[in-house]
Amino acid sequence: MNDLVVNLARWQFAATTIYHFFFVPLTLGLSVLVAIMETLYVTSGNEVYKKMTKFWGKLFVINFAMGVVTGIVQEFQFGMNWSEYSRFVGDIFGAPLAIEALLAFFLESIFLGVWLFGWDKLPKKIHALSIWLVALGSNISAFWILVANSFMQSPTGFAEANGRLVMTNFWDLLGNPNVWVQFPHTVLSGFTTGAFFVIGISAYHLLKKNESDFFGRSFRIASLFGALSILLVILVGHSQGQHMVKTQPMKMAAAEALWDSEDPASFSIISIVDQKQQKDLFSIRIPGVLSLLSYNRFSGEVKGINQIQAEYEDLYGPGNYVPPITISYWAFRVMVGVGFLMFFIAAFALYHVMRQMDLSKMKFLKFMPFAILLPYLANSSGWILTEVGRQPWVVYGYLRTADAYSPNVTSGMVLTSLIGFVLVYAILMGADIYLLRKYAKAGPKLVESNENHDDDSYWN
Amino acid sequence: MALNTIWFILIAVLFIGYFILEGFDLGVGILLPFIAKTDTERRMVINTIGPHWDGNEVWLITAGGAMFAAFPDWYATLFSGFYIALFLMLIALIIRGVAFEFRSKDDNPVWRSFWDWAIFFGSLIPAILWGVAFANFIRGVPINADFRFVGNFWDLISIYSVLGGLVTLSGFIVQGAIFLSLKLDNKFSEKTRVLGLKLWMPNVVIMLAFVVQTYFFTDILQVLGVNPGVIPVGAILTLLSVGWFIQQKRLGWAFIINSLAILFSASTIFRILYPRVLVSSLDPANSLTIFNASSGPYTLKVMTIIAIIFVPIVLAYQGWSYWVFRNRITSHPKDLHY
Repeated sequence: MNDLVVNLARWQFAATTIYHFFFVPLTLGLSVLVAIMETLYVTSGNEVYKKMTKFWGKLFVINFAMGVVTGIVQEFQFGMNWSEYSRFVGDIFGAPLAIEALLAFFLESIFLGVWLFGWDKLPKKIHALSIWLVALGSNISAFWILVANSFMQSPTGFAEANGRLVMTNFWDLLGNPNVWVQFPHTVLSGFTTGAFFVIGISAYHLLKKNESDFFGRSFRIASLFGALSILLVILVGHSQGQHMVKTQPMKMAAAEALWDSEDPASFSIISIVDQKQQKDLFSIRIPGVLSLLSYNRFSGEVKGINQIQAEYEDLYGPGNYVPPITISYWAFRVMVGVGFLMFFIAAFALYHVMRQMDLSKMKFLKFMPFAILLPYLANSSGWILTEVGRQPWVVYGYLRTADAYSPNVTSGMVLTSLIGFVLVYAILMGADIYLLRKYAKAGPKLVESNENHDDDSYWN
Repeated sequence: MALNTIWFILIAVLFIGYFILEGFDLGVGILLPFIAKTDTERRMVINTIGPHWDGNEVWLITAGGAMFAAFPDWYATLFSGFYIALFLMLIALIIRGVAFEFRSKDDNPVWRSFWDWAIFFGSLIPAILWGVAFANFIRGVPINADFRFVGNFWDLISIYSVLGGLVTLSGFIVQGAIFLSLKLDNKFSEKTRVLGLKLWMPNVVIMLAFVVQTYFFTDILQVLGVNPGVIPVGAILTLLSVGWFIQQKRLGWAFIINSLAILFSASTIFRILYPRVLVSSLDPANSLTIFNASSGPYTLKVMTIIAIIFVPIVLAYQGWSYWVFRNRITSHPKDLHY
């Protein structure tokens, strides 16, 4: 009975969170890109940048709305489905959420309103400032939610008191080393998502020789922005992996399907595991490379699943401390593989831009609209690794997910809300994709014609 | 004053701010399909709240976050206890928020009509549920000695709580009508003013019925005494005088007075609650209070410092955004942005 409630609540969290995070990264990246475009307009006075701001801004707003509304569920479902968790860590976890609302949500939503409706009402500079504040708000929001999430990954700045965790040092909460790898990694992934979005849609139009100046400029800005961002994502990701080896060795062991400790440790090219039998069905590994990734040298022990399991049994008592290996393993590979693929694509695009080649003649542009999906794949895989790899813990080392649920909530209630959210989300996804496709394909003309419509019915 | 009390007041302020601000945009959303028939009219009505609704809603998000941070047991018991009600509220807020952004981005009349109704239901459901929720806060819900809610959805539905739902519903609609009469140009302003006046009467009747019932279903008499004091009396007096201001076409004042009515009414509810945050109908000892449901003193101190620094900044720029969009909405294309 309780297992069913926990499992349904897990599914609900997974479904609503992955869905929410389809929209957030594009908000993070596209807000900055639109802000750059409007700044170019204000500083250069060139009307094409205004047109770009409006066109990409329209797509930004369609996406932004979805991120905002699905975010409300995020904030409330801790109390709904995970009330024991909320009681256990509320003293610490509630604070960044409240601060996020106060510092970030007000900023982004109020200035988005100002930006959307203030074109004719504000001086240009103030108007451009408001989209920068939207971008700032979105990225501040990412910071605080990652402060909260980092506490779940490797808790800092707290003590145990009366069966719950309490905050003892706010600065330690913010100074959590996990924050300072996870935050740049997430935000830069968002920038990459925004860049691939702009690159993909621009490529579509460049091939059709539609508004070449407009989309050429968009393509160039996004290529530079995207290539820099994905490079930094990979570099920060490397540090993050090393941090993970230190703080959450089990997650790394699962992500590498490393059953037993090795020194030097091998990197898996492909492993198919049978978690129940605790063995590999098939595996190819390169010796030493996992040590290299973990410590920047070809030696050094990386602990295996079996050793960590034994260690944790001593530490936390009997239990199964191994996360779902296959999911962690493949999520890790998809994230890293797609990350590198994006790096090559962005670098290739940037190379053509730097050489000032005629973009409309480039065959590879055909693939760019499809490449829009790549960051989404990498983003979701990254979070699946982060959250699934932390299991069975919800707060690493302190609270198990299975103990975090709401005891008074029945499986029927969770199932009802799960089905409800999934249905509504599916409809909204359909509408969202429909609108994005429509506006993206039509290009800047549709946005302009919407602005100049003349409807005098009110006066007649 | 204890930090626990300060946070109780701050959360009350956030909810009251939410009711006053989102109150009018929920009201506008409910009135939308009935007062605006042509597409231009609908766009005008939506654009009165277009720049504001999202910022207004953040008052709720912040209230929720503040509950979580300052009183985790209140947050946990309430949200897991009022599960189905909260689920309905979330669905409503989701479709409503998306509808504002999506409805005008396609010309298909079926598309637009779909999202207009999404705005209507997305506004109607929260407007009712807030009254239901707050009536239950003071009336009490089944909470056991472990602070766990042990009832179900139907325990939240009673004559008293439904009446509470009608109070917020009618109050928000009046708030929305007055706001529209302030923000739309002449022809429409008058139409919504007359509507506001018509709707104000039932609002008063429902409110008085709710007040009478409150004496039967809650411990208001023990808490406030025979003389309830300035705030509850102020709630009734302001509500009664709103009609006069609407009739005199002093719409700015009508909006302020109706906002005061919301302020005083909600303050009364919080006053009845204090120092409890959720009343147990099983045993008064099981009620959650600002002491037994709270975070530790350190967290409260940190959050207080952050609130002192940032709340005034937020108020300043939100106030500024209202000033930027102070003009009435006309049917001129420049007012029909979306």
